[in-house]
This record gives sequence, C-alpha cells and structure tokens, in this order.
Amino acid sequence: MSSLEVPVAAKRSSPSTPAVKIRRSLSTRWISGLTLATLLLLWWAVTAAEWIEPLFLPSPEAVLAKAWLLLTQGYMESTLWQHLGASLGRIGLALGAAIATAIPIGIAIGHNRIARGILDPLIEFYRPIPPLAYLPLIVIWCGIGELSKVLLIYLAIFAPIAIATATGVRTVDPTKLRAAQSLGATRAQLIRHVILPSALPDILTGVRIGLGVGWSTLVAAELIAATSGLGFMVQSAAQFLVTDVVVLGILVIALIAFALEMGLRALQRKLVPWHGQSH
Amino acid sequence: MALLELERISAQYPGAAEPVLADINLSLGPQQLLVALGPSGSGKTSLLNLIAGFVTPSAGRISLDGVPVQGPGAERGVVFQDDALLPWQDVLANVAFGLELAGVPRPERERKAREMLALVDLADFGTRRIWQLSGGQKQRVGLARALAADPRVLLMDEPFGALDAFTREQMQELLLQVWQRTAKPVFLITHDIEEAVFLATDLILLAPNPGQIVERLQLDFGQRYAAGESARAIKSDPRFIETREHVLSRVFSQRSAAVRQEFA
Repeated sequence: MSSLEVPVAAKRSSPSTPAVKIRRSLSTRWISGLTLATLLLLWWAVTAAEWIEPLFLPSPEAVLAKAWLLLTQGYMESTLWQHLGASLGRIGLALGAAIATAIPIGIAIGHNRIARGILDPLIEFYRPIPPLAYLPLIVIWCGIGELSKVLLIYLAIFAPIAIATATGVRTVDPTKLRAAQSLGATRAQLIRHVILPSALPDILTGVRIGLGVGWSTLVAAELIAATSGLGFMVQSAAQFLVTDVVVLGILVIALIAFALEMGLRALQRKLVPWHGQSH
Repeated sequence: MALLELERISAQYPGAAEPVLADINLSLGPQQLLVALGPSGSGKTSLLNLIAGFVTPSAGRISLDGVPVQGPGAERGVVFQDDALLPWQDVLANVAFGLELAGVPRPERERKAREMLALVDLADFGTRRIWQLSGGQKQRVGLARALAADPRVLLMDEPFGALDAFTREQMQELLLQVWQRTAKPVFLITHDIEEAVFLATDLILLAPNPGQIVERLQLDFGQRYAAGESARAIKSDPRFIETREHVLSRVFSQRSAAVRQEFA
C-alpha cells in the first residue's frame, strides 16, 4: 500500500524543493534589499550635496547620531527606550485584554444565534468608525490618563479579532464536529478540542490585522494626548522643528510595525502548521 | 439477540414533500456485518445519520441494547467518507482522541491507541501529521480512532468511496480482518455493488422515493475471506458473480420501475 510511498516520496522531494524555494526567496530578498539600499543612498546623496536644508530633511548620519543621543540621554526627559516602552506597554496591555475578551465573544457570536443577534450589530456599528473619531468621547469619560489610550487601542484591536474568530467558528468543518460528537464529546469539549483549534488560523489573522490597526491608532492617540510614547516624541519634536528626532521616531514606528507583523507571521507558521496543507 | 434495533423508522426533512426513509425495520447483532447498498437518493446516508444520532427520525424507534438512541454517542463509533481527522494533532493523538474525551489518563490511552494503530497496520505512524498521510492511511486512522473508543457498534459511511480502486480493495480486506479480530458488529453503507457483496454477512438493498428496503440477502463471501480464501478467488467465483449480477439487476429494475412511474 501507499504506506511505502510516502516516506520515499518525502525523502526524494526534500533535497530538491527547498533548494528551489531558497533560490527564489533569495532573489526576491535581493531585490527588496537593493531597493532599500538605493533609497538610503539617495537620502544620503541629497543631504550630502546640501540640496535640501537639514531642517526639512536631516542627513542619515545626523539621524543616527541623534539615535545614539536619544538612547543614552533621552528627549523630553525620557530616553528612546522609555518612549518605546511606554508605547509597547500600552499596545501590549490592550492586546492582552482584547485577546482575552474578543476570542470568547467571537466564539459566542459564531456558535450561538442569540449572542450573534445581540453582539454582531454592536460590533459592526462601531467597527467602521475611525478610533480617533471617538477618542474625544473616551477622553471626556475616562480623562487623559493611560486608561483612555489603552481603551482606545483595545477597541481598535477588539473588533478584528472578534469578527475573525466568529468567521473561523462558523466555518468549522461539520464532519469534524460530528466525528467528535460520535466519540462522546460534550459541548465544552467540542469548543476546546475542535472549534477553537479549527478557528485558530482565522484568530491569528484577526490578531495580525488588529495589531496593525492598534499600532497606528496608538501612535495617532499619542500625537494628541500623551506625555510619553513614540507618537508624543515625534509630535513634541515637530513643534520645536527638531526634524532629526521626527525622522527617527517615524523610522522606529515603522520598524516596530514591521517586527510585529513578522513576529505574528512566524507565530502563525509555528502554531498552525496544518493551515494551507491539503488534508 | 440483536444489539441495534430499528423499528418502523421514517425520516423526513422539514419542508420536503416525500419522506427520505419510510417504514424501515432493521436489526444488527453480534458477528454481523450489515451493508446497506443503494443508489444516491435511496436514503442510505440518512439511515446512517439516524443510527449515529446526527438526525432524529420523524417516526419509529431506534435502540441499542434496548436503550433508545438519543443524539450521537461514543457507543456508536463512526468512520466517515471524507477525512474527519484533526490536523492539529498527530496520528497517535487522533486515535486516542475518544479516550482523551472520556478522561482516560495519557499513558493508558496512548497504549490503547498504539494497539489500534497496529491493528490497522500503521504501527510506525504515530508521530506523523495528518496531512502527511495518503487517503487510504487516513481512512485507516479513522477506523483505528473509532475502534479505540471501544464502541458497541461501528458505523461506516461510504468509508472507501473516495479511494482509488487498488487502495479500496486493500481496505476491504483490512476491514474484514479487523472485523474478525475485534468482533464488532459493523453497519456499512456503500454504492459499490462488488464491495457490498464481498463484505456483507447481511445485505440490504435500498430503493428511493421514498427510501425503503427492497431486498435482504444473507451472504458468506466475507466469512470465506476470513477463513483464508483469497479475495481474488472469491471475487472471480461464479457464485460471487451471480450474486453481484442479481443485485445489479435488482437495482436497475427498481430504477426502471421508478422511471415508468414517473412517465405514467
């Protein structure tokens, strides 16, 4: 039987396919790397030739030097690490709260008709509103402290995770549910052993989208009302026309967003290796 | 004594004019391998879903060991046509899944799962991932999983329908071996006539509109295989061919009767 074919086929294909994959991913990465290098070079050339005043675009060296200064001495009474820590702390707290509440609520929406009837319109009502539009209301209710910023990001992250979870739960393979039921699964066991793992790829996609929205909301919220954080750093530097800090802040914000996205993709590959496999 | 008993079972989907099954009487006892054969629309899948408890009959009574069947349960193990395994677990955990649900401690359930994997000739496949298996291997894992939960009866929903002809033949032989070794009563549905005749100790032929049993046969080809005769020798035996042709003609006479009725 085919029990013999599988290991043989796996052995034969393993040296050839990764080789092809590596070569292709390398060439794509080369193109991306080259683009990045060209842009940096252009930046350096434009500033070195003094075509643009440093007030509008500081040179890469100036930004790097400023980065060192910010790391060691700080800006506006906090170092870069402290600003970064403040921003990451806020999004981390909001993400934790969103995951802890949005997944159970998403399961309820996907699983239960009444829960869907109550919660679906509420989420769909507030989801399309840009978070900054209801920030003033949150500030009126909760003040300008940490709570209002965390709450704002929490709301921004909550909707994508809840909706993705509900979608994942609704699209669980009914045969798998029946199989578990005929093995004696209770309702709670169905959720724990079949529904939740089935929906995990969708949940992780929801977290990815939520984190992206949350990060941009956070920085925007810090631009408006904060005394620490990357958004605050950029905003206050702009007020004093300290352009190198502004550029540095933007670069760090972009880097963090990129790192979050990459980290979540890696997590997705690790947690749901069956996703996308033919089975 | 019958284990599983169906008395005057009818089933109708809400809103449908015709019932899918009408007045079905059926019993399944120990040592039996009951095969329900019928064309599509004859209600054989509905029949299995009723016994499994996935749907409830509109009339009649289903009982197992004298206890009425209500909803799905571990005492009626099901092997599905398409892959119903859980890809987030490896093969061993899939086979042990029913025991895990029942709260059996890990060493105990893994020992049992290994035993079942050996029974379906997959002893070395415990750590494989589900997506690394071929179609036939998946069905064998599905069979091992159903057996590991130690059900009273085994229900098989066109278990080999999606397999290629070679694998299907091997799976039929494997099923007979497993059936003989575990002594579990089996209820299997199929639309493959040769498969039905080869496997069944008891064959029921279903006809559509509404689904009803039009013929019951007692056969011994499976037992002959279990007694050591080769599958090919049995399937080329004139008596096997004769039985197969008889069943085939019954299916077609039902079909043409239905067509005549429609045009009358």
